[in-house]
Amino acid sequence: MTETSLSSAAPTPQALHIAKWQRVQDFLFHGITQFFAISVLIALLGIIISLVINAWPALYTFGPGFFFTQEWDIVNGEFGGLIAIYGTLATSLIALLIAVPLSFGIAVFLTELCPGYLRRPLGTAIELLAAVPSIIYGMFGLFIFAPLFADYIEPALAATLGQVPGLGILFSGAFNGIGVLCAGLILAMMILPFIASVMRDVFEIVPPVLKESAYGIGCTTWEVVRNVVLPYTKAGVIGGVMLGLGRALGETMAVTFVIGNAHRLSASLFAPGTSIASTLANEFGEAEAGNHLSSLYALGLALFIITFIVLAIAKWMLISMEKKQGLKT
Amino acid sequence: MMANMKTMFDLNQIDSQGGNVNVAINEQPIAAKNALEVRDLNFFYGSFQGLKNINLDIEEGKVTAFIGPSGCGKSTLLRTLNRMYDLYPGQRAEGTINFYGQNILEPAQDLNLLRSRIGMVFQKPTPFPMSIYENIAFGVRLYEKLSRSEMDERVEWALNKAALWNEAKDKLNQSGLSLSGGQQQRLCIARGVAVKPSVILLDEPTSALDPISTGKIEELINELKHEYTIAIVTHNMQQAARVSDYTAYMYLGSLIEYGKTDEIFIKPKRKETEDYITGRFG
Amino acid sequence: MKNASNINLAIFAKRKRTNKIGLALSMSAMVLGMFFLSWILGILLFKGFSSIDLSLFTASTPAPGSEGGGLANAIVGSLMLVGCCTLISTPIGVLAGIYLSEYGDRSRIASVTRFVTDIMLSAPSIVIGLFVYALVVTTFKHFSGWAGTVALALIAIPVVVRTTENMLRLVPGSLREAAYALGAPKWKVAFMITLRAAQSGVMTGILLSLARVSGETAPLLFTALNNQFFSTNMNAPMANLPVVIFQFAMSPYDNWVDLAWAGALLITIAVLGLNILARVVFREKVQA
Repeated sequence: MTETSLSSAAPTPQALHIAKWQRVQDFLFHGITQFFAISVLIALLGIIISLVINAWPALYTFGPGFFFTQEWDIVNGEFGGLIAIYGTLATSLIALLIAVPLSFGIAVFLTELCPGYLRRPLGTAIELLAAVPSIIYGMFGLFIFAPLFADYIEPALAATLGQVPGLGILFSGAFNGIGVLCAGLILAMMILPFIASVMRDVFEIVPPVLKESAYGIGCTTWEVVRNVVLPYTKAGVIGGVMLGLGRALGETMAVTFVIGNAHRLSASLFAPGTSIASTLANEFGEAEAGNHLSSLYALGLALFIITFIVLAIAKWMLISMEKKQGLKT
Repeated sequence: MMANMKTMFDLNQIDSQGGNVNVAINEQPIAAKNALEVRDLNFFYGSFQGLKNINLDIEEGKVTAFIGPSGCGKSTLLRTLNRMYDLYPGQRAEGTINFYGQNILEPAQDLNLLRSRIGMVFQKPTPFPMSIYENIAFGVRLYEKLSRSEMDERVEWALNKAALWNEAKDKLNQSGLSLSGGQQQRLCIARGVAVKPSVILLDEPTSALDPISTGKIEELINELKHEYTIAIVTHNMQQAARVSDYTAYMYLGSLIEYGKTDEIFIKPKRKETEDYITGRFG
Repeated sequence: MKNASNINLAIFAKRKRTNKIGLALSMSAMVLGMFFLSWILGILLFKGFSSIDLSLFTASTPAPGSEGGGLANAIVGSLMLVGCCTLISTPIGVLAGIYLSEYGDRSRIASVTRFVTDIMLSAPSIVIGLFVYALVVTTFKHFSGWAGTVALALIAIPVVVRTTENMLRLVPGSLREAAYALGAPKWKVAFMITLRAAQSGVMTGILLSLARVSGETAPLLFTALNNQFFSTNMNAPMANLPVVIFQFAMSPYDNWVDLAWAGALLITIAVLGLNILARVVFREKVQA
């Protein structure tokens, strides 16, 4: 019993010194980690500021009408963002129209129908596919899909939907293969695995008890999905869809390869066009300082703001679903 | 009535086997010094008051047990003694806690230093994600600079104190997580002992363990108390009677009764204490 | 089984039919999705594989019109860009993640940062390229590998921050308390205990960020640009696989198109390989 822990309650001078030094270390630790965390905020601010500064000349010259003007005349320095904005919105919309129902089907399959032993591998396959770089989809679109599209699908569409009055104008014109519709389809393939895996994650959160009580009164699987799973995960599903939309809006490579890169606005979806991202990809490298470069920055700013708003709404919806979880569980 | 008498009879048997209580009555310390003196302690979780006007002394070199039904505040009280609540915003304490004369509730109190003098072992064994050796060396290295051989000695000493040396000496480099539950808890005790604190706080240390491990740890407590002041929270009354010199009975945030263990269990002064001890409510 | 007399068989049959149609549609969605995706990967494998030979890794990109060539400079360039990006983004991301997890419950700044980080995760990468161009390339008056690294880092950092924070939050509070109870200062608890307990999860996040930036083209278009020759000079335009693929694929030269397919296959293998590696690392942690 030689250790006198009892009477050595007072700390040694060495310990006091160490404690003081630790207070400094903790202070620095807090400061450094906080700094790096804030750096993300600083980066965001930097992006917005630099875009605004560089876009300002064009915005000043052309005014807010810039975003609704159809011009893109490099030679004479007359620019307007309408064509690019239309391209971005049209391709994204087409992509969503196709990808969302398919993703929904895939998510339902993975959560309700899939036999147990297949669930893990197929789920992993979908997640891995969401990671495939978009340039792959672009190449596939350009070399494989577009020719087939021109030879078989576009004629078929023209012969069927193209004959419907009103709707038909969307499916008129030459069968180029590449164009707005083709870009939309390739984009759909690209965002499909992403939205599917988000939806699947969201569906899996539904408490089994809820579904069992519906099955218990004799509901069919489809009815359970429609009346229990979907309402419960509504906010999460919408959030997932908007996340996919955000991705689609900003996508460059999958679209640039197959959209045709023509500054033309046409009623037909078969016609080539351009999106904001593909305009930037094609022209930014060689643009001369002045209205051209500044207009490109203006397009970039528009894209960033649109995407930011869409993603913020998506995030807000997903948070509100999580909050609802907290209340229910 | 008969059942209640039998319970007290059993407690007596356990006491006389251990011999602790009898020894304590005969051996009056010459100058009973208090390691910790709690005065007018009130504790709040936000707006909810968890402790109401606690006043008690924790005598050095003795084991003090805190008992009471769930929610009575015994863990809360233990966690004020090393200011563990400080980690969580919204929890605050008012009053005074004197640790050998120094009020540790003062804002100027260095918390890390305090916790190196008042150690804690938790209900769930929490070995660090490192080797057994490193688990123990981690705490020691915080405030002491030891050479390799000195550290080896300290590790061996700490593991011996926790009765874990024989089982662990051949696998010091293996992960702490490779031990069984009871062994992990003894590792945590060794970890706490290795830094040579004055006081060791035990928060229900055996409630997650099987009876054999529990028995081993209770033996440990009996050994350790010669050199350390120990405060233990337990929901197992028999355990409190077995290992402690003093017992405090708490209920709904208040200290109902505090005294020598044998007095509390044989002749409690308050009816509430007697009701709890005899099992009229739990 | 005798049907109860109040069951309207017509309604029931209709519901069953709806169910069958709905589920059949689901199944066909799955089949359609799987079909397209296997088609794409299959084509990639077929076209890419036929262009792979040793010269791919030894020769540099060919000049317009010349025969043969390889992707050596692009491969090396990509490795350097991604490598430097990881060296920068990992410490920044991990430290920011530690802040969000260890200090993030009390701080308004933390919730805003979390929100912004999530948005940056899906932000259009071409706009990031624009920003880095305006910031770095115009300042230094030339394209460079460093500019490309910065652009990639801006994409990788949000990934690392989020996974680090999520993994650290999974570490039970009792482990932290045990370390504090010994008198450890906050930074030691964070690094030597909490981070260590979460290390395989954090490692997974870093691998995923690597995989993500390996396939990014748009941010490199106006920062690192491209380089026809073999160069390890980060201060000058740097060859890299994605931009080479972009340029070669849309060109009229056959050997360029072949090289583009080979490069696309290489990138896909790298990205999928890293993703699988990340999953394996994570699963090992869960089993340990």
